[in-house]
Amino acid sequence: MAFKTKKEQEPEVELTEDELNMKLDDGFGDMAPPRKAQHFWPSAKRLLSLLAPEKVLLSVVFGFVAVAVVLNVIAPKILGMAMDVIFAGFVGAQMPEGVPQDQMVAGLRADGQDDLAEMISGMELVPGAGVDFQQLGLIIAIVLAMYFVANAFMWGQGYLLNKLVMRVVYNLRKAVEDKLNRLPLNYFDTRQRGDVLSRVTNDVDNIQTALQQAFAQLVQSALTVIGIVIMMFVVSWQLALIALVALPLSAVAAGIIGVRSQKLFKHQWKATGTLNGQIEEAFSGHDLMKVFGREDDALKQFDAKNEDLYKASFGAQFMSGTIFPVMNFISYLAYVGIAVVGGLRVASGQMSLGDATAFIQYSREFTQPLGQIAGMANQLQSGVASAERTFELLDADEQDPETADAHLPERADGHVEFHHVSFSYSAETSLIEDLSFDADPGHTVAIVGPTGAGKTTLVNLVMRFYELDSGRITLDGVDITDLSRSELRSKAGMVLQDAWLFNGSIMDNIRYGRLDATDEEVYAAADATYVDRFVRALPDGYDTVIDDGGTNVSAGERQLITIARAFLANPSLLILDEATSSVDTRTEVLVQQAMNALRTDRTSFVIAHRLSTIRDADTILVMEAGRIVEQGNHEELIEGQGAYYRLYQSQFAGPAEDPDAVTDSIPAV
Amino acid sequence: MLLRLFAQYSKPYKWWIAAVLLLQLATTMATLYLPSLNASIIDEGVVNGDIDYIWSTGGVMLAVALIQVVTAVGAVYFGARTSMAIGRDIRRSVFHSVAGFSAREVNQFGAPTLITRGTNDVQQVQMLALMGLNFMVTAPIMCVGGVIMALQEDAGLSWLVWVSVPILLVVVGFLVVKLMPLFRTMQDRIDGINSVLREQITGIRVIRAFVREPYETERFREANEKLTETGVKVGQLFVLMFPVIGLILHLATAAVMWFGGQRVDAGEMQPGALTAFLQYLLQILMAVMMGTFMAMMVPRAMVCADRISEVLDVEPSLHEPAAGPELPTGEDGAPRGKVEFKNVTFGYPGAEEPVLKGLSFTAEPGKTTAIIGSTGAGKSTLLNLIPRLYDAGGGEVLIDGVNVQALDRNTLSKAAVAVPQKPYLFSGTVASNLRYGKDEASDAELWDALAIAQAADFVRDTDGALDMPISQGGTNVSGGQRQRLCIARALVARPSVYLFDDSFSALDVTTDANLRTALAENIADATIILVAQRVATITEADQILVLDDGEIIGRGTHEQLLEGNETYQQIVESQMAAEEVA
Repeated sequence: MAFKTKKEQEPEVELTEDELNMKLDDGFGDMAPPRKAQHFWPSAKRLLSLLAPEKVLLSVVFGFVAVAVVLNVIAPKILGMAMDVIFAGFVGAQMPEGVPQDQMVAGLRADGQDDLAEMISGMELVPGAGVDFQQLGLIIAIVLAMYFVANAFMWGQGYLLNKLVMRVVYNLRKAVEDKLNRLPLNYFDTRQRGDVLSRVTNDVDNIQTALQQAFAQLVQSALTVIGIVIMMFVVSWQLALIALVALPLSAVAAGIIGVRSQKLFKHQWKATGTLNGQIEEAFSGHDLMKVFGREDDALKQFDAKNEDLYKASFGAQFMSGTIFPVMNFISYLAYVGIAVVGGLRVASGQMSLGDATAFIQYSREFTQPLGQIAGMANQLQSGVASAERTFELLDADEQDPETADAHLPERADGHVEFHHVSFSYSAETSLIEDLSFDADPGHTVAIVGPTGAGKTTLVNLVMRFYELDSGRITLDGVDITDLSRSELRSKAGMVLQDAWLFNGSIMDNIRYGRLDATDEEVYAAADATYVDRFVRALPDGYDTVIDDGGTNVSAGERQLITIARAFLANPSLLILDEATSSVDTRTEVLVQQAMNALRTDRTSFVIAHRLSTIRDADTILVMEAGRIVEQGNHEELIEGQGAYYRLYQSQFAGPAEDPDAVTDSIPAV
Repeated sequence: MLLRLFAQYSKPYKWWIAAVLLLQLATTMATLYLPSLNASIIDEGVVNGDIDYIWSTGGVMLAVALIQVVTAVGAVYFGARTSMAIGRDIRRSVFHSVAGFSAREVNQFGAPTLITRGTNDVQQVQMLALMGLNFMVTAPIMCVGGVIMALQEDAGLSWLVWVSVPILLVVVGFLVVKLMPLFRTMQDRIDGINSVLREQITGIRVIRAFVREPYETERFREANEKLTETGVKVGQLFVLMFPVIGLILHLATAAVMWFGGQRVDAGEMQPGALTAFLQYLLQILMAVMMGTFMAMMVPRAMVCADRISEVLDVEPSLHEPAAGPELPTGEDGAPRGKVEFKNVTFGYPGAEEPVLKGLSFTAEPGKTTAIIGSTGAGKSTLLNLIPRLYDAGGGEVLIDGVNVQALDRNTLSKAAVAVPQKPYLFSGTVASNLRYGKDEASDAELWDALAIAQAADFVRDTDGALDMPISQGGTNVSGGQRQRLCIARALVARPSVYLFDDSFSALDVTTDANLRTALAENIADATIILVAQRVATITEADQILVLDDGEIIGRGTHEQLLEGNETYQQIVESQMAAEEVA
């Protein structure tokens, strides 16, 4: 048999749940390089449109941010005025009392101290008087009030934005979950489960982070930068020019280092991935490593890859680590420039000391939001990439809308007919062609054939998990497409090989079959399907919680619980997939007996592996490579000496000549 | 644990760490010196109108800034180098330790957690080392240096430091302490909602078959509401953080201006010193804040360090001789492969009852020995003793008369090869997987093995054939294909003893039958020991051992056992529907 192509892929090739959990929980989520969005702007726009219903609140948030930023930006200038008052008091106190300011200045000029004279002439001071504490107190009170209001508004915007974003993300999660329910099953078949899962979990988380942190920060930082630039020019355009020279310088430095460290980080991520892969493999395949004597080899490989990772991560960390000092250096250059030029201007009376100190504060507060913008842009980018992936899911084609107008009585007879049914997962290869058969009420239809022959597909069609290409399937004479999916499926029960139980108590898991069942009904179903016996032996009985690892309940016991679940549902129509997994032999018997109990008086489709099931079936469908090659009952098909006969010979009869003499041989599966 | 780990693994790099400390000290000093220079520009230059002084001090500032950047980059260099080297060494130790584990230790931990410990946990510790060397070291230096410098500028205002630092510590500490458990709850809630979604995706058929979409939607709604509720709560507290810190910093600024103004007025302080003091105070407060945030990383890294240490502290129960005796060969020089169990007992650590209780049997070359029994009877355990995945607690396991514990791994792995219950393939290609047991195997040998394992057809039909890529674990091929490739891998190694642990379970019936026929034809000389769940797989075995509760309670051929062994009869009976036996 060839490898299955995507179209006919059955879920068995996918990761088991354990492997899936491991992949998801391994904590490398934050290690992965940020994904790039393919269509950044359209996706970003759509991400923003998620916020549209909140636009009133959002504008309030931005109003708050604006107020806070304006106050924060103006405050240093006012604080500078406090400095001026102190300085004036300082200078004034050194002058003789009673001498007017202009006389002082003239005196200094006469002494040849022109610069000092210039400075003093530019100041508002009262010679002989000390610091004007009334004015100082007033200024400080104003500054404090400004800061207080600014911080209150910052808090207010954070508070509102958080609520807003949580609400938006709540709705997004809800939309995603609703969408999952409307997606056709083959959406899940044709994709890696892990990928779908990561779209609905990690990607949505990522969007939340981006909206919560990056979005507001970006706006705030941008406003702050603009505000500071304006204030710098207001205070002194000469110093502002010096400060702004630093801007392209830092941009270039950050660009150069950023690009190089991005490259190095890519190396690091790659090396991390390779090494973690190696660790995962070596630990998962530990037994094999021992048995095949590969330990030394594995150590050697590991050491080499570990060394690679060391080199890569050292490079990346070093390069990215230099950004901070280098940017710092540039800001210090500006600082020195401002200190010197500012000092000169203050000394020459062209500028007040308070303005100079305010300017120093501006220049230092300037670089911080710039750095933030860079960081947030990265986060926003990864948020948009996640949004794109989530939107892809939200935009995926949905299953055909319901056109239900027919109804069946509460208890259906279970008469299933296939009329010239054709079905394929894709246009190129047809899987089921022109299939017709009739399953009478209460009859058992056994479906046999090798793996990948399309057995599962066939039963999925009965459940209308997929839509037919042509032909009709009827239940009690009604076309199943005329029934709502929920009505059809509520008439049917399913027991699958993959014993899916959810993370809840055994009681809840059985009750899943019929939510309104009383405890007594659950016990009765458990009793009829041999669940009761082992559950009673568990310390917590029916309250035992089924955990992900399934450590407390064996595979066979899980299977029994799924049978009890179907039993409780009491469907008119039954679909069974006989287990082929290795279940302990004694539980196996119970599973088989429970399945027999379940089948009684119901129309059943069984993907059969057991000889007894097959021989007792009213109709046997023999499938090969997606076709039904034979149908009939056991005797007829043996008689016909066709595919079934050959299958029977090879599987069940073994070397024995006479098919009737092999009843002690069990089909090994 | 964290400290012990760091102490141990940083030893080789003590000079690098010393360099980091020295360079960080220099950087911090330079950083702290700059405001002081700025102050003297004001106090000496501006006040006295001394332009030359302003220029020359500006030059000094430039030089100091240059020193600052050079030392800072140097500190980053050694910091990155040291922390990454520590990470590398810890990772190496973990990997080497686990590689030396026996299956007992691996199972004690479980492979997934070992993987997390070797990857993510080491990563966390490494990041803490990096952050520690880059920032945490600077915080105290900055604090102490800032305080000294501030005192130098004006001791009279120093009380502002003693007041504002504790206030900041208390407020930030309070918020952090409140937030940490909320963050954990938040993570739990995220896990909760993700697990609901995971179940919805993995169980989609069941959910749809039972029409439980509304029920699941309700479950999801609950989880979503809980998450949103916690998210809002976390957010409400979190958004307080920065405004409150901001307010404290601004209050401190205002206080410096007010009280500083008084001191200037009293002639006890210069205006330049006032601006310098202000900058020092802000730097101290920033350092305190940084330190507090960094401290938030520590608890997480501590948990990781504990988990790593647990692995490193394990004393492996398995000791393999570096060199052991050769196994004797047959008269024709071919290896033989007789396996003997002599009164073998085995118990898992901590378990009350031994799994195997005094087993003795012999598996002869050219014969198939089958082992059957219910789950928990000890079948897999028994097989695992032969390639020494575990060591017998008592008695001896012999291959060709030599105790397996005396053999070196190389000899042992050439003699006995197992096909495990869970088929596992490594990432690479079909060929690289098949050559796992024999590097030098030719393509022809690989094809032979594939043919016997009934895998030749599907390998030939795929693109790349032997070079067809295999993903980690073998998840890109079906269960049955994976199992067959695992069998082929064992066949390529050509050992004298084959151990099959329920290795045919995922095969469809036709393939299973063909495979067993091909095995019988092609490895006729080897010893085969085979564990099975189903009677059909073993009816033709030369010897069947019936295992129950750790003891052999029956041995013989299928026919013999069917006649004389009650448990075997029960197993056979249990596997057939009642009507078939009748």
